Amino acid sequence: MPRNFRGGVHPDDMKKFTRDKAIEVLPAPSEVVLPVSMHIGAPAVPVVAVGDAVKIGQVVAEAQAAVCAPIHATVSGTVKAIEPRPHPNGTNVMSIVIENDFQESWVELTPTDNLHTISGEELGDLCLKAGLVGLGGAAFPVHIKIKSAIGKVDTLIINGAECEPYITSDYRLMLERGEKLLAGVEIVRKALGLEVAHIAIESNKRDAIEHLKKLMQLYPNLKLDVLRTKYPQGSEKHLIYAVTGREVPPGELPSAVGVVNINIATAVAIADYVETGKPLLHKVVTVSGSAVANPKNLLVRIGTPFSALLDAAGGMLEEPHTILAGGPMMGMAQHSIDVPVIKGTNAVLALCKDENKFDEEQICIRCGKCVAACPMNLLPNYLYSYAKANRYEDLDQLNLTDCIECGACSYGCPGRLHLTQTFKTAKRELIARKKKKGE
Amino acid sequence: MELQKQLRVAPSPHLKTEDGTRSIMLDVIIALCFPLVMAVYFFGWRALTMTLVSVCSCIAFEWLYRRFTKKSSTIGDLSAVVTGMLLAFNLPVTTPMWILVIGAFFAIVIVKQLYGGLGKNFMNPALAARAFLISWPALITVWVKPLAAKALPLFGNVVPSPDVIVTATPLAKMKAGILPAAGEFSVTLRDAFIGNCAGCIGEVSAVVILAAAIYLIVRKVIRPHVPVAYLGTVAVLTFLFPMHGIDNLTWMAYNLFSGGLMLGAVFMATDYATSPVTPMGKIVFGIGCGAITVLIRYFGSYAEGVSYSILIMNTMVWLLDKSFRPRRFGVKRFAKKAKEAK
Repeated sequence: MPRNFRGGVHPDDMKKFTRDKAIEVLPAPSEVVLPVSMHIGAPAVPVVAVGDAVKIGQVVAEAQAAVCAPIHATVSGTVKAIEPRPHPNGTNVMSIVIENDFQESWVELTPTDNLHTISGEELGDLCLKAGLVGLGGAAFPVHIKIKSAIGKVDTLIINGAECEPYITSDYRLMLERGEKLLAGVEIVRKALGLEVAHIAIESNKRDAIEHLKKLMQLYPNLKLDVLRTKYPQGSEKHLIYAVTGREVPPGELPSAVGVVNINIATAVAIADYVETGKPLLHKVVTVSGSAVANPKNLLVRIGTPFSALLDAAGGMLEEPHTILAGGPMMGMAQHSIDVPVIKGTNAVLALCKDENKFDEEQICIRCGKCVAACPMNLLPNYLYSYAKANRYEDLDQLNLTDCIECGACSYGCPGRLHLTQTFKTAKRELIARKKKKGE
Repeated sequence: MELQKQLRVAPSPHLKTEDGTRSIMLDVIIALCFPLVMAVYFFGWRALTMTLVSVCSCIAFEWLYRRFTKKSSTIGDLSAVVTGMLLAFNLPVTTPMWILVIGAFFAIVIVKQLYGGLGKNFMNPALAARAFLISWPALITVWVKPLAAKALPLFGNVVPSPDVIVTATPLAKMKAGILPAAGEFSVTLRDAFIGNCAGCIGEVSAVVILAAAIYLIVRKVIRPHVPVAYLGTVAVLTFLFPMHGIDNLTWMAYNLFSGGLMLGAVFMATDYATSPVTPMGKIVFGIGCGAITVLIRYFGSYAEGVSYSILIMNTMVWLLDKSFRPRRFGVKRFAKKAKEAK
């Protein structure tokens, strides 16, 4: 096991602000906004109408396509509107707005009783019912992951790398809900019929490692893997490489090398649903950043506006320059703080200055730091010049589509080039052109 | 909560390292101060004034060029300072000051700025300028004995006197088939290692340049690939093929510690703009530099081959990067070719 991968960068992890802050429950807001699309795949289809009364845990939008996940009401109350609302992805997305009646009335919950004997198929169905998506940020529906893994994989890896700076939500879950986490891992492991499951954690999370080690004495089939602290250790492909030494071929899924990957928060959510019948309603979100007065880890209802989280963290020390959904390396910059927490949100960050140095003059000095940093073994400096010259054939030749947009090249560039930013656009254009050619 | 100001919405990443071009160049300048101290120790204060004249000329030409072509001023990135220091380091202490000014003009204006400035030039500016200055061979190849040169004028031309002892470099002696430690102006291995021998002001002290190399590698300014491949190739070739009946180890050691090899391998062959960015490309580049250096030292009419070897390899950087791309993640190195062959 290499415990490492080639390339990567070492930004300051900035986790000190919230590392020791226990998860606090944020009271439900007076209104939640639930976008029908908070996962990869087709949008869910609303099954409630304006004016309907809903209970907590009630399905308000159904998964009608294969790659999709249902959405549940996270407060009880009345459906106030079904209309496009700002989404953390920067666009307006059809959303179900529910006004909270603060009655906290729940739908009837049905826990699964045969915990230890459920099959992979059954677990997949349960995950679909729970509305589970990958909670690490990518938000890929979990039932598809589980079902496509049945009989094909020999290794389950729980991703506890949490390599993005500032974010401590998974770290706090490991510390505070370790038993639940291990129970969730065992459910998935048994359902998939695997001998062992790996829990992979970056070496900078010492307390979590110690804590889980103690708990794991009762679980002979679980293995703890301590990985080198390096960004992007939590990238699926690089995590698999660090744990198993296997490389996922370009364009393939982890199952191609016999691995299924699940995030810490996802494993906890699986245990929650199977044991109590509660679908995915809450998210642990780290609220941090240089502009935040009192950084915190909060347990919030999905659909809560960012502004409520920022208020709970004591507001701003000064006017923020940037508000992010997610970490500083791959998170999305927000136009407004009225967007809701969605299933994939693991952090809300408010940064007070131009930490991106976006405005400095750009010049490539050919230092090669981007080449050394690229975990996908690409040549970012050449890709950049080809992208600027619109030379798509050369970009294809240099495997631009392998780029995982982790931001390591841009982070380390002393010439301040907007490398990742350029590749995102060029990649989309290249894929579009290849599609056109294929037709 | 309400916000007063417009939020900045830019694509990720939203975080960048503090280390910019300027801080990298500053690290190189710090590393260059190691050999500068030795240059002043061995050749007197004139080594410092030469360096200052060269640096100031480089900054001035860069500023003037950018001003006349109405481009943003780039002297703040400190790359001109590095070029200026390297140019002076590659010349003997007897070099007239006006030669340095001409060299600075050639390096900055012709080699660097006309090709688009920092990062765009395809040859190392200081080395190309030195190659150009060979137009005045008699003025840049007068070597004096170190430690005896304290009487040299700070700015004026050096005139031979009883205090200025003109001598031969260790490499010139080796070319003539004489062990540097033998005969007149003896240079022992220890002398060659610490720099007590005739040569260009910045190149003589191998030990200090090695220390500077460690500094640069620790600070992650350079990667060890090029210097290790370069020095390794010279070591292997000279060890395997000693000349003039000198024993293998002694011959190899003199070849490693004499002339511009250390300065070239650590500071010139690692120049960002003119060396490959791929790890394998860097290694092949270093091996090429080493092989050409030995070929020139063995068979050329010059005693030293470092600058030309690096300049020759500079022209192949693009080819090397293209030919030695890193292995694609998730694909075995020869998998693609095997597939195509089917």
